Amino acid sequence: MTRRTLSLPWLGEGQTTSERLSTGLLIGAAFLLCVFLILPLGVLLMGSLFDDAGEFSLVRFIEFAATPGMGRAVWNTIWVALVVTVITVPLAFLYAYAIQRACLPLRGVWRIVGLSALLGPSLVGAISFIQWFGTQGVLKSWLGDSSVYGPIGIILSTVYASFPHALMILVVALATADARLFEAAEALSASRWRKFVTVTLPSARYGLISAALVVFSYSVSEFGIPKVIGGNFPVLAVEVYVQVVGMHNFGRGAVVALLLLLPVLVAFIVDWRIQRKQQASLTARAVPYVPRPDWRRDLPLLAYCVLVSVAMLGVLGMAAYTSLVKFWPYNLELSLTHYRYGLAEAGVLDAYLNSLKIAGLTTLVGTPFIFLVAYLLEKNRSGPAWLRPLVQGAAALPMGVPGLVLGIGYILFFNHPSNPLNGLYQTLAIMVIANVVHYYTSCHLTALTALKSIDREFESVSASLKVSQFVTLWRVTLPVCLPAVLEIARYLFINAMTTVSALVFLYSPETLPASVSILNLDEAGELGPAAAMATLIVITCALVSLAYSLLTHFLFRRQQAWRSPSR
Amino acid sequence: MTLKRLAQSLAALGLALSVALPAHADKTVLNVYTALETDQLKAYQEAFNKQHPDIEIKWTRDSTGIITAKLLAEKNKPVADVIMGVAASSMVVFDREHMLQPYAPQNLKAINPKFRDAASPPKWVGMDVWGAAVCYNVAEMQKQGLPRIESWKDLLKPEFKGKVVMPNPNSSGTGFLDVTAWLQLFGEKDGWAYMDKLHDNVAVYTHSGSKPCVMAGAGEFPVGISFEYRANTVREKGAPIDVIFPSEGLGWDLEALAIVKDTPRIEAARKLADWAATREANELYAKNFAVVAIPGIATRLKHVPNDYEQRLVKNDFAWMAQNRDAILAEWQKRYANKSEAKK
Repeated sequence: MTRRTLSLPWLGEGQTTSERLSTGLLIGAAFLLCVFLILPLGVLLMGSLFDDAGEFSLVRFIEFAATPGMGRAVWNTIWVALVVTVITVPLAFLYAYAIQRACLPLRGVWRIVGLSALLGPSLVGAISFIQWFGTQGVLKSWLGDSSVYGPIGIILSTVYASFPHALMILVVALATADARLFEAAEALSASRWRKFVTVTLPSARYGLISAALVVFSYSVSEFGIPKVIGGNFPVLAVEVYVQVVGMHNFGRGAVVALLLLLPVLVAFIVDWRIQRKQQASLTARAVPYVPRPDWRRDLPLLAYCVLVSVAMLGVLGMAAYTSLVKFWPYNLELSLTHYRYGLAEAGVLDAYLNSLKIAGLTTLVGTPFIFLVAYLLEKNRSGPAWLRPLVQGAAALPMGVPGLVLGIGYILFFNHPSNPLNGLYQTLAIMVIANVVHYYTSCHLTALTALKSIDREFESVSASLKVSQFVTLWRVTLPVCLPAVLEIARYLFINAMTTVSALVFLYSPETLPASVSILNLDEAGELGPAAAMATLIVITCALVSLAYSLLTHFLFRRQQAWRSPSR
Repeated sequence: MTLKRLAQSLAALGLALSVALPAHADKTVLNVYTALETDQLKAYQEAFNKQHPDIEIKWTRDSTGIITAKLLAEKNKPVADVIMGVAASSMVVFDREHMLQPYAPQNLKAINPKFRDAASPPKWVGMDVWGAAVCYNVAEMQKQGLPRIESWKDLLKPEFKGKVVMPNPNSSGTGFLDVTAWLQLFGEKDGWAYMDKLHDNVAVYTHSGSKPCVMAGAGEFPVGISFEYRANTVREKGAPIDVIFPSEGLGWDLEALAIVKDTPRIEAARKLADWAATREANELYAKNFAVVAIPGIATRLKHVPNDYEQRLVKNDFAWMAQNRDAILAEWQKRYANKSEAKK
């Protein structure tokens, strides 16, 4: 791999037009990330450095350290996140392996079901687990004497909710492999296990680490799940909620938010160090690997997929069931009253249309932006030295920022009288931007994972042929990365449909999204209508996913033909 | 240079993206922040618009905690013109931040002096009372052979170990009014002693005042300490619960209305404040709440007793506001810390 070590003055004379253009674009992206991520967070976190009188002081940190139970909350947050990561990543890896490297019937179905937890608000999982394992739950006996309210419930729900996030990255990581390596291994008569350990795992290493980071950060920053199912088990994300929403203490909320960012900082450093060692698995001379049927491998993997799918659908199924029964658990008669009530009386129809609009715009704005930034980071080595770490850091930051923190940061920053971007406040646009920023990291990692599997030689070749880098992007890189791009688009759409935490502070009467109205219905005890609306969202997202798969099927045929060796 | 051009194009993008609010040439649009229930809002808006068709109300509705946090975060450049149906305990916080515009609505003298800000003109005026109630799941009571509940002290019986849910006062206004009521009823020392013992029976502290009653209704935990409006609606929906009003006395808070300081639509805001204090408006409140700001309006809720008002504890809002931080810190120290140690 050749790496430009010659340092060029950025935007200097010695660069080609396309290099200058890409540096300029990257600086533009860095500027946008500063305005829409770093400054709002900065404004909020500044609050932690001032006391009630507005003087600079560290009193809030001292107060925090003195608050009883905070040490426990920190410890709880970390060990729960570790347990969730250790459970989720292997589960998701095996699942992704089954989808990509085995010959299973109905591959598309397993894939959609595996991602199904994304289709509903994260709350759905927690509510459904309460109904399966709670006091009135059918499966209560499975937990023995322990209560679902507490660490067990949090871990179960978070594993469920973070599974698709890991799966998405791992599916991309396992999408491409060089068949020559497997042939070589075969020729050396390596065992199945040895091939797995020496060929499959190393090539997916970057994806595995990314997935682990995403799951860990997801678990640290998720507040909806512990709020609903956490019982008296204190964790930091809920502590932010209690400080800001319950006690109206923004300063101390900022201190806790700052603590939440620490794991992300660690994650960023790990990511950055490993990335430097990453090599492209798909070199310009690679032959795509295509699995051949082998029942000894395929049958157990199929069983595993069925098992996971049943569990996944069981969670969503319980929500759908709740939306149809009259009064759970005492009147189990089936009826559609909750749907009628929700749509007609609780005014969810408008909210539903708002959500569609927000999700559509988030996808259209977010996908090109995120992919382009990842591309510029990965394939471009020019520009000032501070630029790339800055963008990289900004891209990793959102995964550790709870939506709640982002939302309040947005209010404080954009609604400030002296902010020239003031006009954005209370518009649909700011909600779209908040969504793109909030879900940035997973998408960014997906894009990077895909880009990293392409050899940089493609660029070198095009450079020597005097073809602009952007022509190569359009003709080679983009088509090769199309699966990842579509994955990002779907991820953004679905998350924008289901997210609550950032938007709950940003919506105006005209832009109330459906997911927030579900939260309100649940708070008010309208469990049935809440489940009904959640089911509607799940169905919408499922339909979009399906339409997406069908639409892109044709596209794939044409553009991804190179993946099959029988070209 | 590039940065400048980027900033320019960004500003242009921002402008282009901004979804302009539809223009209402002849109508004043009033932004009202509220924690009232959606179905209540419709009735209030219709009645108000009958008198003032020229004012259009835009509701921003969320739970008390979220709305309060949102108002505080927007403090530097308020979006809201009027705050309606938000807890008096939150109004006290807004007042401390100098966010409220004092105003005496036309019908002020008809309002029960207990249910308004004592200052003259008042910073906020109460609309209705929401007070404590206990939801007791009778189906589970029979199934598990639990004793009857008549008083707060009954909740301390060992049979209720791990069967009581109450809101966390740090995150829920309902939780806070329970705690202050016990402290005011039993006195400081005995109040904390009561909560110590109750803590042994509490299974979960929730982050919402409605949740305990909802959980009791679904049989998750048989006893939920909640408030009477929610108890009434959960019961109406067919949950097998008894709504109990413990005999020692009930904690309460007000839903109140206030005008936001320096609102450019002060005329319209005053009209809404005037209307909210009328007898007509209070009669609408009475459909949802047992006690409203104007005395002697009687449309009773089905599951709330007639003498509900007499059962309320004497509430000292100034005392509550002053001691809020200290009470919450003490609560946190006693219960949040050791809550995990027990099973």
